[in-house]
Amino acid sequence: MIPESHRFPDRAGLALADEGLRLALDRARQGFIGNRRKAVDALPEFQELREAARRVKNHTLANLDLYLERFESQATAAGGQVHWAADAAEARARILAICREAGARTVTKGKSMVGEEVGLNEALEEADLEVVETDLGEYIIQLAGETPSHIVAPAIHKTREQIRDLFAEHHAPLGLGAPGLGNAELVARAREVLRREFLRADVGITGANFLIAESGSTVIVTNEGNGDLSNTLPRVHVVIAGIEKVLPGFEDLSTVLRLLARSATGQEMSVYTTVSTGPRRGEDLDGPEEFHVVLVDNGRSAMLGGEFREMLRCIRCGACLNHCPVYHAVGGHAYGWVYTGPMGSVLTPLIVGLDKAHHLPNACTLNGRCEQVCPMSIPLPTMLRKLRTRGFERGFGTRTSRMGLAAWGFLARRPAVYGSATRVAMGILGWLGRRRGAFRRLPLAGGWTGVRDLPAPEGETFQRAWRRRGARR
Amino acid sequence: MEQSGLMEDASQVPAPRRVGLFVTCLVDLYRPSTGFAAVRLLETAGCEVEVPPGQTCCGQPAFNNGDSATARAIARSIVERFEGFDHVVAPSGSCAGMLRRHLPELFADDAPWRERAERLAARVHELTSFLVDVCGSAAVERLRGAAPPRGVRTATYHDSCSGLRELGVREQPRHLLAAVDGLDLVEMRDAEVCCGFGGTFCVKYPGISGRMVSEKVENIASAGADAVLAGDVGCLLNIAGRLGREGRPVRVFHVAEVLAGMAERGIGEPASGAAGTGAVAGSSRG
Repeated sequence: MIPESHRFPDRAGLALADEGLRLALDRARQGFIGNRRKAVDALPEFQELREAARRVKNHTLANLDLYLERFESQATAAGGQVHWAADAAEARARILAICREAGARTVTKGKSMVGEEVGLNEALEEADLEVVETDLGEYIIQLAGETPSHIVAPAIHKTREQIRDLFAEHHAPLGLGAPGLGNAELVARAREVLRREFLRADVGITGANFLIAESGSTVIVTNEGNGDLSNTLPRVHVVIAGIEKVLPGFEDLSTVLRLLARSATGQEMSVYTTVSTGPRRGEDLDGPEEFHVVLVDNGRSAMLGGEFREMLRCIRCGACLNHCPVYHAVGGHAYGWVYTGPMGSVLTPLIVGLDKAHHLPNACTLNGRCEQVCPMSIPLPTMLRKLRTRGFERGFGTRTSRMGLAAWGFLARRPAVYGSATRVAMGILGWLGRRRGAFRRLPLAGGWTGVRDLPAPEGETFQRAWRRRGARR
Repeated sequence: MEQSGLMEDASQVPAPRRVGLFVTCLVDLYRPSTGFAAVRLLETAGCEVEVPPGQTCCGQPAFNNGDSATARAIARSIVERFEGFDHVVAPSGSCAGMLRRHLPELFADDAPWRERAERLAARVHELTSFLVDVCGSAAVERLRGAAPPRGVRTATYHDSCSGLRELGVREQPRHLLAAVDGLDLVEMRDAEVCCGFGGTFCVKYPGISGRMVSEKVENIASAGADAVLAGDVGCLLNIAGRLGREGRPVRVFHVAEVLAGMAERGIGEPASGAAGTGAVAGSSRG
């Protein structure tokens, strides 16, 4: 997926004008926030778990090389093959090679954000493979030719009506009419169509929520079971995962799992939690003949050594998106790439480059709600601010905003100039605004007055009034 | 949240606290009434209040836009001006949060200044939190019985983000407002959700900010309150501006003005009386 994050303001403008999107986001946000609240309130040890999970992940990241090598040797011992991809291109090439060696024509996919990150679908389709997304949300956006707008709920921007119409259009060639509008009817239709795909796929590709070093296992959590069909029915199972997904052992997994679904959807556990260890063994009734794990770096090891290391604790639960007022306003597509909301505003500049995404860390009020709900206690506002510092140093931002900021900085460092300049300016503004109490328009203030009035100042500055009264005391 | 209140309970300490009022630039420029109300509250609570001269800004516009050098220069002058006080109080969660949480960060590589910044930061408080958590119950008792603004019987409180999440300010303003005579506090939906101000955010991304403040104003109106209060003039200017644009007759005050019984001309309301001088007319200090 080609990053479009540099066009954030335009994309946000389009999103703001989309009434259907507003309704979809409104509905989703209330559900996510309320359900998480209930789940967290019902678990008295939630904060302790958060602290424990932070420690687990910090320890793992501090010894990442060790745990990754352990994972590799255990996965290999279980009969799997581990591949290392330094960047997106290597990841695509590696997986394409596996598909070719398997003589594959059809690939089913479970939802994988790192798959989106490296542009896997496009690469496979260009090589004439048929790729079928099997997560319901991913399936919907694949039919629509769109990209995910939420890391947990990729089609959250779609209303049921839009989904029904999509199904009607794309399923007509299969001899199927328009499904009903109920959740159950839409799901049943998707299941009916996807079953056929599972049965004929040659390769199943899934992501991994976690990699377990002690056993060389990969773990996925899903609510639809599509991941299980993708990793057991096809002859070859390929797992694609970022290198930060590794955990030392199953004890650690249980700690983090207790946070994940509660933070994501408000469930205690997702419906399916699936552990895959190696290919099918002699006594197994099913499972793939080949088991591949492609470990993707793509900028992660650079983060490990710097001031953004804590971002690697992210478990992709989406709680920061669900609680972000900017995400609520514009939805995921405005962000222009795979990762959206607060976590995306940190990750995107780090992975695709700050020059292509400097709007994202700036398009945030630093209200701090994301950090408050992050199960891994990632200091997202602090990281966004650090990215702004880098952007400032590199001269990003509009000329107007840089000049305004410089003018303010000039005044703020010179109290005498500040005192006289503000005294005059506020005197004039206060006088001009005395009758209406606010301005509907004002030169140079279009950013403000485009959407709201500018209340008039009282006239005299506080410091001036204070000194004047002090003199009279 | 800091629990300094227990150790510093005002009822036990005879000597008045010397408080340096950090006015904040928005109060200084836009809303002097808030500053005078803060002074009255602090004095009623038994503090000796000074306003060190030459104040400008807490440095957030620079800090939050990545200009650390300017933020650092401003921070040094703040430390110099305020380090002599027992406490530094700001009528803003946002500016108090900047000083309390972020000032020391600016001097990560400068140990002497970092120590000075840390010593100062630990003594910086948001106004309502200072009154409740530091001055204590006896002081709060003395603040009882203010009259609400004329015509205002119900008010709703907007939690400003920095005060709420960086400083744990939530119950303190509500606790104090409960002691205002004849004022009912009603909660709006999503009181703790950002209003869309966000400092320079609101002019850099006006469309998004506009959507956020529209939702805030909708929630304020649905709460059915006569007035909306908050502890930050930035949020209040944003909210008042949008209420005005939508023609909604909800009045807007800084919480300090209501607590001090000094709320007369709401934010964005026309001046009554003589042009240009009505602004602080009602706020003469007691």
